[in-house]
Amino acid sequence: MSNQNNISDEFVVDMSDDVQIREQDRMNVNESQLEHKWYHNLKYLLVGIAFGIVFIKAEIISWFRIQEMFRFQSFHMYGVIGSAVVIGALSVWLIRKFNIKTIYNEEIIIHPKTFNKGQVIGGLLFGVGWAITGACPGPLFALIGSGATVIIVTLISAIAGTWVYGYFRERLPH
Amino acid sequence: MLQFITQPWPWYVAGPLIGLTVPALLFLGNKSFGISSSMRHVCAACFPSNIPYFTYDWKKEIWNLVFVSGILLGGILAFTLLNNHEDIVVAESLKTELSGYGINDYSSLVPVDIFNWDQIFTLKGFLMMVFGGFIVGFGTRYAGGCTSGHSIMGLSSLQWPSLVATCCFMLGGILTANFLLPFILSL
Repeated sequence: MSNQNNISDEFVVDMSDDVQIREQDRMNVNESQLEHKWYHNLKYLLVGIAFGIVFIKAEIISWFRIQEMFRFQSFHMYGVIGSAVVIGALSVWLIRKFNIKTIYNEEIIIHPKTFNKGQVIGGLLFGVGWAITGACPGPLFALIGSGATVIIVTLISAIAGTWVYGYFRERLPH
Repeated sequence: MLQFITQPWPWYVAGPLIGLTVPALLFLGNKSFGISSSMRHVCAACFPSNIPYFTYDWKKEIWNLVFVSGILLGGILAFTLLNNHEDIVVAESLKTELSGYGINDYSSLVPVDIFNWDQIFTLKGFLMMVFGGFIVGFGTRYAGGCTSGHSIMGLSSLQWPSLVATCCFMLGGILTANFLLPFILSL
């Protein structure tokens, strides 16, 4: 959204400003229209805990496993990501096929992602960081839990990187 | 049973469990699986600084912060209760290469020879922990997602931009691990 927008464009943006901004990267927009008490969020804590345990126990978050993956020395990570995508795709297909609703009886919506150059440039940059730190964002959290406390520095640095991206966003090619 | 749980889990157990996170989050509340955006919500909550990208109602995304807190807790639980305290087993070829850079400690999931508090202000440690983290944060937001948002959630819902992103993650990683990282490790 540049400053050169004409008035009618800005009006459209203002109509749904919050959703527009949150959807800028088409990621993780909260689709539910329902308002819930805070404790409804606890179910996500449980999913997170299960997820964190799998991360540690399958050593997906290990710097060594990531090096093996990028050097084609082990099938482990390819097996993990590949089978996760197969099960995920099968689940999404079933949800669409049988029109499965959420536990609050809402229709499940998955927004399409739109292509932009960021997926290439940002993707390559993240790949560099992934190989160096041996961690994507999820593992950073699990690693800190697993006692590698120095990863707190890496996480703070990643948050700083996020902020700097937000600051320069309008000036970067997309 | 306990012995099985405390051992490292094979890929065909871990992969499907991770894949199930996609329908679990959709079913529980129409949430698209993604992790890197949690760092955006942290920025929006703590330092929005009038930047349009961070001025939105982050409280609507609080579930995501709860989710990543769970990942942290899961890490603590797995480490304290389900740990067999054995060295991580890695490919011999990798072990040989890493010993050339003085990495011989396999007791942790990260190489503690590099990833420790004393190393932060060395050039190698700074590049790997601080700079590395920075481009993870910058790159994932620029790409609009990370391994979870693009490679798992995006590919599961058959979105081709996520396939492009995943290929770029892998390409950047393969080039870095094989050509740039050996240089950094030998610093």
